[in-house]
Amino acid sequence: MAPDLIGLLGFNVLAGIATLALITLGLGVIYGMMRIINLAHGEFMMLGAYTAVAASDAGLNIWVAMLVLPPLVVGLIGLVLERTVIRFLYGRMMDTMLATWGISLGLIGLVTSIYGNVVRGVSTPVGSFEIGRYGASLYSLVIVAAACAALAGLYLLLRLTKFGLILRATMQNPRMAASLGVSPDRIYMATFALGAGLAGLAGGVLAPISGISPAMGAAYISRAFITVLGGGPAILTGTGLASTLFGFINELVSFKTTPVIGDVALLVAAVLLIRVLPQGITGRYLRRSL
Amino acid sequence: MTHPTISRRGALKLGTAAAAGALATPFLGRSGLAAEEPIKLGSLLDGSGALGLEGKRMIETTEYAVELLNKAGGLLGRPIKIIAYDTQSSMQLYTQYAQQLALKEKVDVIQGGITSASREAIRPIFGRSKTLYFYNTQYEGGVCDRNVFCTGTTPAQTVNHIVDYALKTWGKKAYIVAADYNYGHITASWMTKFMKEGGGSVAGTDFFPLDVTNFSSAISRIQQAQPDLVLSALVGANHSGFYRQWDAAGMKGRIPLGSSVFGLGDELTTMDASTTNGIVTCYGWYNDLPDARSVEFVKGMQAKFGADVTDLSELDTATYDGIMLWAEGVKKAGSLDRDKVIAALESGISYEGPTGKVTMDGATHHTTRSTYLARPKDKKWEILASFPDQFPADTAGACDLLKNPKTNKQFTPDLKG
Repeated sequence: MAPDLIGLLGFNVLAGIATLALITLGLGVIYGMMRIINLAHGEFMMLGAYTAVAASDAGLNIWVAMLVLPPLVVGLIGLVLERTVIRFLYGRMMDTMLATWGISLGLIGLVTSIYGNVVRGVSTPVGSFEIGRYGASLYSLVIVAAACAALAGLYLLLRLTKFGLILRATMQNPRMAASLGVSPDRIYMATFALGAGLAGLAGGVLAPISGISPAMGAAYISRAFITVLGGGPAILTGTGLASTLFGFINELVSFKTTPVIGDVALLVAAVLLIRVLPQGITGRYLRRSL
Repeated sequence: MTHPTISRRGALKLGTAAAAGALATPFLGRSGLAAEEPIKLGSLLDGSGALGLEGKRMIETTEYAVELLNKAGGLLGRPIKIIAYDTQSSMQLYTQYAQQLALKEKVDVIQGGITSASREAIRPIFGRSKTLYFYNTQYEGGVCDRNVFCTGTTPAQTVNHIVDYALKTWGKKAYIVAADYNYGHITASWMTKFMKEGGGSVAGTDFFPLDVTNFSSAISRIQQAQPDLVLSALVGANHSGFYRQWDAAGMKGRIPLGSSVFGLGDELTTMDASTTNGIVTCYGWYNDLPDARSVEFVKGMQAKFGADVTDLSELDTATYDGIMLWAEGVKKAGSLDRDKVIAALESGISYEGPTGKVTMDGATHHTTRSTYLARPKDKKWEILASFPDQFPADTAGACDLLKNPKTNKQFTPDLKG
C-alpha cells in the first residue's frame, strides 16, 4: 500500500474515532452517571444541528453557530425537560426509557412542524487538503479537535473543579452526599443538562457534513448506545477506548469491503466484547479511571 | 380500543335524519345532483415522514389536476372526487390504505406510490381487486402488469443520456455509488450496462443502506480506484451527506459527478451552490424549462398553493400526466369500466402536458416522452440538451402486454449480454 493511501486511511480512522466519541459522550454522561437510558439522545443531536442551521441562517459567525450555540441551547432544553419530566422518574429505568422515547417522538414532530420535513444544511467552513495523491477534508480535523476538546474539558471539569468533585460524590452515593449538604436533585439536573449540551455540541459539529432532517437522530443513536455499553462505567476512559476500538474496526472494514460489512464488523466486535467483558471495557480494566 | 356503539336515542335521531334525507332526495334528484354521483379517484401518497417533502407536492399536484378537470366539466358529465390517504412513509399503511381504497371505497382509479418498495407492496392488491393503478414517479423500469400504468421516466430514457454525456466529456472509467434497495441495485445495473455498451468500464460499485451518514471510507475507496467519473443513485436525507462530504474533501474539482436522483428533492435550495454545481442529471422535466406549457403548469400551481412552490420536479409532472392520461382514456372509452379504459389507453393515447407530448405505449404501459439533460448552476437548472420522444426501451426489451396480457412481474436488466 502506498504511503499516501495509508496516510489517508489513518486520517479517516482518526476522524471516525472522533465522530464516534463525539456522538457518544453526551449519552455516556447521562447513562454513566445517572443510569438513565436517554432514547432522545439522537434528537438532542438533531436539535443541536438545527440550532446551527438557524444561527448560521440568521447570519451569525459559522464557528459560533456550530460550536457555541448548540451546546448552550440544547443544554437549556435538556434542563427544562429534566425539570418537567425526567426528575419524577429517577430510579425507574423502564419508565425513563418510555418517557425519553416519547420526548424523542415529540421533538421530531415539533421540529417537523416548524421546519418541515426538509433536508437542511450548513456550509463547511474550511476547505480540503492533500495527502499525496488524495484529497481529504480539513473539516475532519475540526471534528477531531472538537472531540479532543470535549473529552479534555469533561476531564478537567470532573477532576479539578469543586463541582466535579460533588458530582462524582453524588453519583457514587447520593444519600451520603445529601447528608453532607449537597442537593442531589440539583446535581442530577446539572448532569442531565451537561449530557444534553454535549449531544447538542455533537449535532452542531456534524451539521456541515450531514443531511439535517428531523429524523436524523435515528442514524446515530444505535452506534452511540453500542459504544456506551462497550465502554463500561468509566465515562471518559470507556468512551475513549470503545470509540477507538469500534471506530478503527468500522472504518478499516468499510474501506476494505462495504459500509454494510463495516457496520456488521462493528456489531460483531461489540457482541464479542460484551461476551468477554459483560460490564464493558472499564468494567474490568481501568476501573478507577474517570 | 373501544368500538362506537349506537344508543337508543342515537338510533332514533339517525332514523329521523334518514327519513328526512329520504324525503329530501326526490328534490335533490330533480335538481340533477343525484345523477352526478362523483367519480372516485384514490390517492396514496406520503404527505409526511421521510418522503413527505416529495409527497406533499405530489398531493398538491393531484388536487390541481383534478380541479382543472372538474372546471372543464368533469369526466362523462360527472365530477371527480379525490379520496386521499396519507401513507406517512410507512409500508404497512400503504397496504392497509390500498385495501381500504380498493375494497371499501371501491375507487375507480388509484394514482400514487412513491418508492419502488411501496409500489411493489400495493401493486398485487390492486391486481387482485381489479382496480386500475397509475404509478407516477421516475423509477428503475421493468414493471410489466396489465393493470398498472407507469408515467415517470425509466433508465433507458434518462440514465443512458447521463452515461453518454459522461463517456463523451469525462472519460471511460466510472465508479458507481447507489442506495441499498431495489431502486439503487437495478439503477446501478443499468448504469453498468450503459457504460459497457458505450465502451467504458466500471471500477467499482458500492451500495449504502439509507441510514449511512459517514461516507469517508467510500470517498477513500473511490479515490483509490481513480475513476474518471462517479455515477450516483443515492437516495434520501442521510445520503445527501455524501455530496457535502465529497465537496468538503475537495473532490468536487477532481472527479465529476452524474446522478439519477439528485435534485428531485430540495437539494438545490438547501445545499451550497459549490456543492451542487455541475452534477449532471437527466429527468423528464425541470422547474426551469422555458416551454409555454411548462411555465403554465408552474404558474397554475403557484396560483393555487402560493408563490413558494419553486421546487416542483418530474415527480409532480408525472403525477399530473398520470391523471390527465387516465382522463383521456376514460373519455375515449366513454366508460369507467377497467377493461374498456385499459383498452383505450393501450390504443396509444397521447396528450400535450407540461413536459411536452406524452404518449402511452400500449405494449409496455409506460410513456414515450421527452427527457432533458441538465446540471445545477448557482441554484438554477442549466438545460444542456433535450431528447424528444424517448421510448421506454428498457421495459420494452422484455415486456409486451398486447401480446402477453397475463404478464405480471418486474423485469430487471440482463447483464450477461
